[in-house]
Amino acid sequence: MTSPTTGTVTGITANLVEIRPEGPVLQNEMCQVQAGDASLLGEVIKVTGDTAFVQVFDSTRGLTVGSPVIFSGQRLVVQLGPGILSKKYDGLQNDLDKFEGIFLQRGLRSEPLDPDHRWSFVPLATVGDPIRAGDWLGEVDEQGLPHRIMAPFTLQGTWTLDRLVPAGEYTIRQEIAVLRSDAGNTLPVTMVQNWAVKEPLTVYAGKMRPGKLLETGVRIVDTLHPMLEGGTGFIPGPFGSGKTVLQQALAKQADADVVIVAACGERANEVVEIFTEFPELEDPRTGRQLIDRTVIIANTSSMPVAAREASVYTAMTLAEYYRCMGLRVLLLADSTSRWAQALREMSNRLEDLPGPDAFPMDLSATIARFYSRAGMVTLSNGQTGSVTFIGTVSPAGGNFKEPVTEATRKAARCFYALNQRRADSKRYPAIEPLESYSKYLDYPEFQDYAAREVSPHWIENARTLSNLLLKGKEAGDQINILGDDGVSIENHLDFWRAELIDFVLLQQDAFDPVDQLCPLPRQDAMSTLVLEICHRPFRFDDFQQVRPYFKRLINAIRQMNYSAWESEDYQHHYQELEGILAEQATELAV
Amino acid sequence: MEIKAFAKRFTHLEDITRATCTLRASGVHNEELALVDGQLAQVVRIRKDVVTLQIFAGTEGLSNHAEVVFLGKYPNLKVGPHLMGRFLNAYGQPLDGAPLPEGDGTELGGPSANPVRRAQPSVPILTGLPGIDLNNTLVGGQKIPFFADPDQPYNEVMAMVALRAKADRIILGGMGLSYDDYVYFRQTFREAGVLDRIIAFINTTQDQPVERLLIPDMALTTAEHFAVEQGENVLVLLTDMTLYADALSIVANRMDQIPSKDSMPGSLYSDLARIYEKSLQLPDGGGSITILAVTTLNQGDITHAIPDNTGYITEGQLFLRKDSDTGKIIIDPFRSLSRLKQLVIGKQTRADHPQVMNTAIRLYADAQEARTKKENGFEITDYDQRTMAFAQAYTREILAIDVTMDMDAMLDTVWKLFAAHFSREEVAIKQEWMTQYWPG
Repeated sequence: MTSPTTGTVTGITANLVEIRPEGPVLQNEMCQVQAGDASLLGEVIKVTGDTAFVQVFDSTRGLTVGSPVIFSGQRLVVQLGPGILSKKYDGLQNDLDKFEGIFLQRGLRSEPLDPDHRWSFVPLATVGDPIRAGDWLGEVDEQGLPHRIMAPFTLQGTWTLDRLVPAGEYTIRQEIAVLRSDAGNTLPVTMVQNWAVKEPLTVYAGKMRPGKLLETGVRIVDTLHPMLEGGTGFIPGPFGSGKTVLQQALAKQADADVVIVAACGERANEVVEIFTEFPELEDPRTGRQLIDRTVIIANTSSMPVAAREASVYTAMTLAEYYRCMGLRVLLLADSTSRWAQALREMSNRLEDLPGPDAFPMDLSATIARFYSRAGMVTLSNGQTGSVTFIGTVSPAGGNFKEPVTEATRKAARCFYALNQRRADSKRYPAIEPLESYSKYLDYPEFQDYAAREVSPHWIENARTLSNLLLKGKEAGDQINILGDDGVSIENHLDFWRAELIDFVLLQQDAFDPVDQLCPLPRQDAMSTLVLEICHRPFRFDDFQQVRPYFKRLINAIRQMNYSAWESEDYQHHYQELEGILAEQATELAV
Repeated sequence: MEIKAFAKRFTHLEDITRATCTLRASGVHNEELALVDGQLAQVVRIRKDVVTLQIFAGTEGLSNHAEVVFLGKYPNLKVGPHLMGRFLNAYGQPLDGAPLPEGDGTELGGPSANPVRRAQPSVPILTGLPGIDLNNTLVGGQKIPFFADPDQPYNEVMAMVALRAKADRIILGGMGLSYDDYVYFRQTFREAGVLDRIIAFINTTQDQPVERLLIPDMALTTAEHFAVEQGENVLVLLTDMTLYADALSIVANRMDQIPSKDSMPGSLYSDLARIYEKSLQLPDGGGSITILAVTTLNQGDITHAIPDNTGYITEGQLFLRKDSDTGKIIIDPFRSLSRLKQLVIGKQTRADHPQVMNTAIRLYADAQEARTKKENGFEITDYDQRTMAFAQAYTREILAIDVTMDMDAMLDTVWKLFAAHFSREEVAIKQEWMTQYWPG
């Protein structure tokens, strides 16, 4: 290996440092800038003539012109190996628990993985097997999940497994296998490898269109705007509209093997909430602690801005890594707007010509490229794995006509628009049902899957519900313009059918132990029940009878929502509902 | 400020703008302080041997032959018990005559707290104002601004809250404070006999706007000292953050930065977050920093970049509004929000608190609807009449900023109002609490 390139600092503007390198540098190469006692990590983001522009991931206070710089020869990498789950990392994969003291002193680094932990390794491959990049050599048990130990992702062509250790306890640095190439070169393999975060990890056989529902237990998502395994979606919303509560509900409930939460430029107390609550909460599906399947990348808003940009890539790379093991990964990033703002701050210091709202011109392309890393893949052994990505967007002034929302809308397939008016009237989750969409409803793959695996009328129900909601909105507008007595009773019925759907299907109490998670069969039963009511003929002599009648229906079904599925309470409220419905049957018979 | 014997001196400025100057110098450290003809300045950019300095007091009357001395140190403040009861300017120099100990202290703008070393906020801060304690309970370690129009008495409300909150220490950061308000704060604190608990850093409208940029760091570095070293519960008051942001945009403009929304610098979110995120609760019964700020609005417009970015950073906001019905200034129950209240209400306060709070706001919302109906000439029902009567009483006895009482009295007052205007069925609170608290 050649000795690393060195250089000296020639200019400083906030965290943008100009460096004259004494040799070759790579775009996005990492370097260490010496500022007094502290060694600051930086990344080359532009090279012009003999100047390399480096964004430094820390405060540059005290840095002087002439300070020495050492380039690393590699881009920003993360360490991939067993021991990532339940870790709390910063944007550069430092293990936050390993730092002493209350404050994050600059220039500190910590090991992302535990080098001394002994993992119980079980071989999956056999000596003599042909091996390609990403092939499973063995596995260890990581918090109840099979963590596959894979052939190096950088491997070129097909090699042969020359040696593989027997089942036993090994640390991540111990050699567990040796590979041999046709040319006779040998390559020792350990349980840990590095990968550059900005490079998509694509050691899979193929990428498929998503087709399987990702169950979240949130009715408005699953029933109306379904998210699929390997799908993409985004949640824009003004502050106070419940973005974080919704994301945390997804993190807690989604039917995924691994959940990665990237807290990107958001409030520290929100991360503290996850730290405090997740170890106490049970995974509703496996009964283990929620924290066991969760990785948190915490780059909160007061942590260095450049590391905020890195944090989403770090999170995505970890997600792709677990996907290579054939696992279903859910990646949540809160908020991608803060990431875009980090890009804007840097672009500004580079004096790039600005695009809309001073964001960089290539913002849209950067966002699209990032979303494209999600997806459902087939591995070389025929297994599948997925990365589902849902990002939040914090639109300036709550106005969706701004660059980040617009760019993300082009990239993501599902749109969950949080609405201030719904939030103000406490209709949570405040997802606007008509403005939001899931393009997956049109995927034939998903239509087949839903009919086969979930319910024969799942898609049809979603469409009918949407239509009824639209009708209800139109009726509501009519009532507002013409007054209660200026429209027909049928208009009032349309309006109240939509309110019924809203109150008992769309709204859901994220803090109620029963209502917070609604499994698919229950969702199916509830939407079928509600649709059945919506299709009933009703007879009222006066519009004033409609509201109280529907209020009673809503109350009875809401009580069902709060009761355990098919419990005594549930049956009790169901009978109450039948009683209310029977009143109308007599009414009609008269 | 003392000058070291070996400090580097220069006497030729190449460029002077209204807030910055540029000169050729070597061996200069980024963010280092300097004196330019005796005026405090800070290094903001270095390109080879060309150094740009931001001069806090502005450059008016500055000669291009001014003497520049680099001080080899960073903005800092000597923090300790000697600050108690003192009023200082943005540089940490006394405004009240008496001298302060000389010497270097703690560097301002220290690093961010490690999220894993924070504790979840869990101690309610009671202020006696029902509009806050009942509907928007504050929690130690929280950061929350008042969103208020300039004509509203936000500084008075803030002073009142500060005095009632049982904080060990109150640190006031005044930015672009009117001289009258500065005197008001001083008198109010003196009359309340709490001067020994107060430390104030004041920049008034008479001072240079760029100097304001030092105020939050001064206040928060002091707060960190008392919270971390002494384990105290510190309340930091920052007024007015809108004027702070204005100063940021002035500097960004002088540095030729491309403005983003509303002429604000692209880094506004990070700049504000750096300040507000200093609020924290330390673990194991340690100290806390709670930030109460003021963000003035232009005619209630919260979509402007300053309140908008603030809303995304802070844990809620308190909205002041004049109620046209009663003529009282109230804490708006709809637009105000304390995101952390869930952590304490019904747990550290009486168990009926969450339901009583929500029900009262629901009935108040019904009253709003009834009023709209009435205004539009529709017929109103008996229920509408009663909700409107309830809303008036609720506004006077709970929402108005001129009422104070303790927590249990607030809850009892609301129960009394429920009973006076509604039937039990209309209130529909959990039976257990109905039985226990329904008056009569």
